[in-house]
Amino acid sequence: MQIIENAKVYDAIIVGSGAGGGMATKVLADAGLNIAVVEAGPFFDPADPEQKTQLRWPYESERRGAGTRYRPFGDYDAAYGGWDIEGEPYTHVEGTKFNWFRSHMLGGRTNHWGRISLRFGPKDFKGKDRDGYGDNWPIGYDDVKPYYDKVDKLIGVFGTNEGLPNDPDGFFLPPPKPRLHELFYINGAKKSGVPVYPSRMSMLTKRINNERGVCFYCGQCARACQVYADFSAGTCLIFPAQKSRGQVDLFVNSVVREVTTDEEGRATGVSYISKDDRKEYKLKGKTVILAASACSSARILMNSKSKQHPNGLGNSSDVVGKYLHDSTGADRAAFIPDLMNRKVAYNEDGVGGMHIYSPWWGDNSKLDFPRGYHLEIWGGMGMPSYGTGFNVNDFNKFFGTKAGGYGDILRSDLKKYYGAVVGISARGESIARKDNYCEIDPNVVDEWGIPVLRFHYKWSDLERNQAKHAHDTFEEILTNMGGELMGDKPGKDRDYGLHTPGAIIHEVGTTRMGDNPKTSVTNKYQQLHDVDNVFVVDAGVFTSQADKNCTWTILALSWRASDYVIEQLKKQNI
Amino acid sequence: MDRRKSLKAIALGSVATGLAAHGCKPGEEKPEVTDVNAHEPVKWRTDYENKILTEIKEGEDFFNEHQRETMVLLCDLILPSSEQYKGASDADVVSFIDFMARDTESEKMQTDLKGGLMWLDHKCNTENELVFKDATIEQQKAILDEIAYYDPNTPDSERPFEVNFFSMVRNLTMSGFYTTKLGIEELGYKGNMPNVWDGVPQDVLDQHGVAYDPEWIAKCVDQSKRNIAAEWDDEGNLLT
Repeated sequence: MQIIENAKVYDAIIVGSGAGGGMATKVLADAGLNIAVVEAGPFFDPADPEQKTQLRWPYESERRGAGTRYRPFGDYDAAYGGWDIEGEPYTHVEGTKFNWFRSHMLGGRTNHWGRISLRFGPKDFKGKDRDGYGDNWPIGYDDVKPYYDKVDKLIGVFGTNEGLPNDPDGFFLPPPKPRLHELFYINGAKKSGVPVYPSRMSMLTKRINNERGVCFYCGQCARACQVYADFSAGTCLIFPAQKSRGQVDLFVNSVVREVTTDEEGRATGVSYISKDDRKEYKLKGKTVILAASACSSARILMNSKSKQHPNGLGNSSDVVGKYLHDSTGADRAAFIPDLMNRKVAYNEDGVGGMHIYSPWWGDNSKLDFPRGYHLEIWGGMGMPSYGTGFNVNDFNKFFGTKAGGYGDILRSDLKKYYGAVVGISARGESIARKDNYCEIDPNVVDEWGIPVLRFHYKWSDLERNQAKHAHDTFEEILTNMGGELMGDKPGKDRDYGLHTPGAIIHEVGTTRMGDNPKTSVTNKYQQLHDVDNVFVVDAGVFTSQADKNCTWTILALSWRASDYVIEQLKKQNI
Repeated sequence: MDRRKSLKAIALGSVATGLAAHGCKPGEEKPEVTDVNAHEPVKWRTDYENKILTEIKEGEDFFNEHQRETMVLLCDLILPSSEQYKGASDADVVSFIDFMARDTESEKMQTDLKGGLMWLDHKCNTENELVFKDATIEQQKAILDEIAYYDPNTPDSERPFEVNFFSMVRNLTMSGFYTTKLGIEELGYKGNMPNVWDGVPQDVLDQHGVAYDPEWIAKCVDQSKRNIAAEWDDEGNLLT
């Protein structure tokens, strides 16, 4: 089959349109550059009344919003994809497990995420100095702070300046007031000595410009917002970039296979397969900016083998794919009798997700795990969906009455317990390890003929101890809220309830930055040590994760790297 | 068994028959075929999802006539209609369960539904010499009284099959009903529409014995200023 070549030479080819790719597109377009954005999935705009899922009722879905293999967070979740995409497998080294969530569409996984937008703090960039584990980043908070500030103002995030040492202040929009169950959490957490603050999330509780609307409190950010009042990369970065100074050519349904190189080993562009006609195409660019997600970008690099780069592009260190790490996760819920018999006559949907949270408060030097976790809180009178009314009166057991039955008693039981469950999730930092990695599986290709990833990932006792501590915390806070704990407390046999690696969808570290080309893939400007015109602007460059979500840092770093790309192009260094 | 493949085979089979039936004699008028089960692709789903729905909806129903009649009865015993309330069949709960039985790809769910309905008829035949749907309401309730209750502290893997079967039907009936317009109205859920959230009403705070901390509230959004564009000083203090 002949490969179809596009004659145009772009200033930059950006692979992926999520947080990292979206930001690079915006910054480079604002600088007036010619850009190709190559996205593996289809176009998506939640402002399209037919394409949006926001404000749909459960009965508009045949499965009443139930999740499926191809939309695991529910039928209305905005993210196309999931852990398991038809025709695009991945494999595991025996005895290890990594759940890889992919969302192939304009905006990528930013269409799904919880919009929890936390800056990393000064300590988060210097983990090794703190406790000897992992490695320090080659940059510190002060390098990133100006970009966090710019991201806050460009995209919008609500929160409060609290002067906390490792949870920096920013330029926040005002937060929404807590909901009823959140007031219960505040009281319970205070009794347990756990601090609580307004959450920090990227929804517009206040206008920031005329291109985006203001939150109308439907609580459905996971469905993507039709007035662009929450952040997703398509609506808040790609679309504005298309109206900016530069030229943005958007290639959707286009799966990048590899970065192409010349005789000197420098990148010349990318080759991709169009899902529409199953043909292979080539694009030419002065620079290639990978933002396909930590693991997908690593895969592209490892698949970009040539005479000059026999181990894959940028992989002379053999570090590409290594140091893969995800946030840790554990959860518990409780029935709160004081939240029974609620008045339903008001709308408490609020913003999608929590109005309050607890950043890490502990002193790890006195604990048997080195890194912290933050707590997320959920509950409330949610919209009915598949699963509503399941085991409707199990809580009768706390009152000595019979569970089960049939007839109108089920109706009154449903109403009695509606909104009386509160849950807490811990999301923590794991240690980046060389022996947790993804690599190319030499035996398997996907339906596009591209060799797939094989994962090797195991938690250590450090993460298990952290999960154990988190479960002790859940138990204490939920009990202090007057709650009756649901389910049983997972013990050692179940890794203390620690979720499978990958489950929290914060994969980072596979193309980590560092000063030493032998132990890292990119320099501190996210430029490959081996090839000066290839950059990585997704979470692959994270030297370490923090007890935070990674998106705000992806955005800040991508902006910083994009400024560097512009400068280098201007100087004609690349 | 790969149900998707088998369904696909059924779908392809029916297409082929359709062509054979309609495409042979030139000049003959084609009959209007309107399939009530046809899936109308929607743009908010991916092509793949629309394809799967087409396969399911154009495939055969899960319940046969007898099973469906029994299910209608059973679901209406779980959520009966009355002067005050709408019942399960008012919301066509059985069609929802029929769809879910095919959609969830759970062989266990399918087997348990079929097996549970057989169990009901066997039990009713043994006790009343009638299948469940032909029994009197008293006879039906007498059977349900034996299987409708359970101890939540006993894991369901240790509960009798018939108890778990009834729990499953009860769960599906509840979800099926309370996710319809009728059910949502009855529950009284007030959301899923544009709103301005400005905190929990005072009477609700009072009812549950909680209060807002004035210091906390002072930091929260002033909804009267939400449309005024945000501006900050250099320290990040919001000015507007």
